[in-house]
Amino acid sequence: MPASKKKPANRITISEDMTIYNAAAQKEQLVGALAAATGRLEIDLSAVTEIDTAGFQLLMLIKREASRQDKQAQIVAHSEAVRDVIDFYHMAAEFGDPLLIPAQKA
Amino acid sequence: MDEITSVFVTESREQLATLESALLQLEDNPGDSDTLNAIFRSAHTIKGGAGVIECSYIVAFTHVVENVLDKLRNHEITLDSDLIALLLACGDHMGNLLGVLESGAAGPDDDLASEGEALLKKLQSDPSAAASAQTGPPAAPPPLIESSGGTVVETDCWHISLRFGPDVLRNGMDPLSFLRYLGSIGRIERMETLGDAMPNADEMDPESCYLGFEISFSSNADKAAIERVFDFVRDECSLQILPPHSRVSDYLELIAALPEDTMRLGEILVKVGVLTQAELEDGLKAQSQPASPVDGTEGEEETRERAPIGEILVEHKVVQPELVEAAVAKQKQVTEKKAAESRLIRIQADKLDRLIDLVGELVIAGASVSLLAGKSGMSELVEATSLTGRLVESIRDAALQLRMVQIGETFNRFNRVVRDTSREMGKEIDLRIAGGETELDKSMVEKIGDPLMHLVRNAMDHGLEMPSVREASGKSPRGRLALNAYHDSGNIVIEVADDGAGLNRERILAKAIERGLAQPGQSLSDPEIYNLIFEPGFSTAEKVTNISGRGVGMDVVRRNIQGLRGSVDVSSTPGQGSRFAIRLPLTLAIIDGFLVGVGDAAYVIPLDSVVECIELATDTSERDYVNLRGEVLPLVRLRQMFGIAGAAPARQNVVVVQYAGVKSGIVVDQLMGEFQTVIKPLGSIFRHIKGIGGSTILGSGEVALILDVQALVQRCASLEESRAGNATTPRALPSSTRN
Repeated sequence: MPASKKKPANRITISEDMTIYNAAAQKEQLVGALAAATGRLEIDLSAVTEIDTAGFQLLMLIKREASRQDKQAQIVAHSEAVRDVIDFYHMAAEFGDPLLIPAQKA
Repeated sequence: MDEITSVFVTESREQLATLESALLQLEDNPGDSDTLNAIFRSAHTIKGGAGVIECSYIVAFTHVVENVLDKLRNHEITLDSDLIALLLACGDHMGNLLGVLESGAAGPDDDLASEGEALLKKLQSDPSAAASAQTGPPAAPPPLIESSGGTVVETDCWHISLRFGPDVLRNGMDPLSFLRYLGSIGRIERMETLGDAMPNADEMDPESCYLGFEISFSSNADKAAIERVFDFVRDECSLQILPPHSRVSDYLELIAALPEDTMRLGEILVKVGVLTQAELEDGLKAQSQPASPVDGTEGEEETRERAPIGEILVEHKVVQPELVEAAVAKQKQVTEKKAAESRLIRIQADKLDRLIDLVGELVIAGASVSLLAGKSGMSELVEATSLTGRLVESIRDAALQLRMVQIGETFNRFNRVVRDTSREMGKEIDLRIAGGETELDKSMVEKIGDPLMHLVRNAMDHGLEMPSVREASGKSPRGRLALNAYHDSGNIVIEVADDGAGLNRERILAKAIERGLAQPGQSLSDPEIYNLIFEPGFSTAEKVTNISGRGVGMDVVRRNIQGLRGSVDVSSTPGQGSRFAIRLPLTLAIIDGFLVGVGDAAYVIPLDSVVECIELATDTSERDYVNLRGEVLPLVRLRQMFGIAGAAPARQNVVVVQYAGVKSGIVVDQLMGEFQTVIKPLGSIFRHIKGIGGSTILGSGEVALILDVQALVQRCASLEESRAGNATTPRALPSSTRN
């Protein structure tokens, strides 16, 4: 990852399921958090027990928004469900989050 | 049970019905590849659906069946009647599994599971089928492709381009499950997830789906099988599949057809591994740049994609002629199926009943309006009400039509019954079905199934003889069983006829006397004797088989049919066969009536049973019959029958009615014309009154009784017989009722 790690980072923790039922609320939450973040947004997903395609889309969206705004959104902790979905969609490389390596189960 | 499961169960049952009838067709016509394909598709659809709802036991079982069907399709094994019987049994088992799913149990119980295993073992014991019968994708090698030029891409993977529509998620379908299921019929070698269609954060709707996928997929499944995976989202996604070893130009076409930028797609394809960089560059150079699509909305994307799919298929023709044929046929089917689906709506039966109730009230209210309009003498109002009256009539007919279904489906069930039973009994039986398009009320169709089944089994068991006996009596060894339905004056007639031995008059009579149903000295006509078989506790079969002959059936058959306001009759010719005719009213709610007046009261005669009206000649006033163009027409005098006070007017009329081919005349004072009649049942205390079928409300608010033509005609006929028997004319005037 680029060297921006040293900057102070905002952190957002999502603890509900990332399914379509929560998607609208979580979108606001994530977009808001990104707007508030100065350089780097850390997303903690370790408590997400269920994630579907709607949730996954949100992650894609926030990643893309971040790079548009010259910021970084980084998933710093994956739950197993999140990792499975990202793996399944073959997006691990694209997302480029270091913690995605399965050995690093946070 | 959630909605998708219940949809799956309903649709799978339909598929099973198709599968069964196709299997039976195949038995008569073993070489028919269309039918075989239909069977395969049915099984496959069930498997696909089961995969989507993650019902593993159905997937597992159906998979093996499907493999065998696939072998059949590829002519690796041949079809014989044993295999058909086995496949039919498998179809039944799938039906049972659906029942398990429906009941909400976690899996089949031990009995069912062992039945399933036994079936699978039999399927697998077929040596040629064994190879493919293990779970897992079939091991058949991919078909060889005759290339006719153009560089062939060096990959042995299918390439699937998938773009989901925006509503997929909202409709409760998750691309994840489809892709996971895809993974179960092969291996997803590489996959690129595309979010290009997703707008910026402020426009992005988190409940819409914006994703697209480029998938490199290795599998021995055929194209149809891959398409099947996405059947459930067929309307809502765009799917393009390129077979392994397609030409570079095909990929270029694909690129042109997809919404994303050409160069980006090129990169993706390289990434997914279907194209090498060199192939891509060569291809792009060799061809003029395909029209570069712009990012567009989903709607545009779809319309733009439709056309190129066809072109791609045409391209394929050069490469893989059989593929394009399959695809064209497949597409045609899909569209046909979709068209058929979009023409059908499933609706709760009670909603329909409510509609019909309301229409009934509308008819009554309309009658009162038109009566008032007539009294007012305003010609414009009369004109307007007559127009509404006509519309109400059309609405009534249309509403009743909604409940009408063709009887053919019920008839077709018997193909299987006849086939199985005839094998079991060692008889050869042809089933002929006619009049399957005859319609009757849905509730009747449901209730007529059991009595019909009993009559059919009876005919097969008792009616038709063994082939040797038939040959000995000079008949063809193949017995014939006919099911026929037709409309007859407001009734539907369903016939079950066989060309067997016919009913044995002497034996029935002997048995009836033994059971005390008839007296030894009694003289009975043939029809009377034959109808004795409907009496409770009657069976003449010398041996009781497990199919029929226990004597509990025919009386139940008659009771069920009478419960529907119908009747059942039997006629028989010794040595030629017998014929059972079930006669049912078409509808239970609203009829066209013919309004007549006697004294101050009005009566309704169902219009369908009215043949004609004549004037009663004055000189016949004492006789109970008239000469109708050389025929003797027995008369029912309503005035006498219902004990109506007052003298008859100078001029009386006769309404000639007909039931089951017998005519009688009903003598009335006045003919008042046609009237839409909403049948209101009579209370239970009036249930035993003969000759009255119900009541209705006239426009004036008065009540009119509906005459039961069947009872009146029968009463006439029996009176006449007794009159023929003893010369004196009995005066039958049960004045039990007044209106």
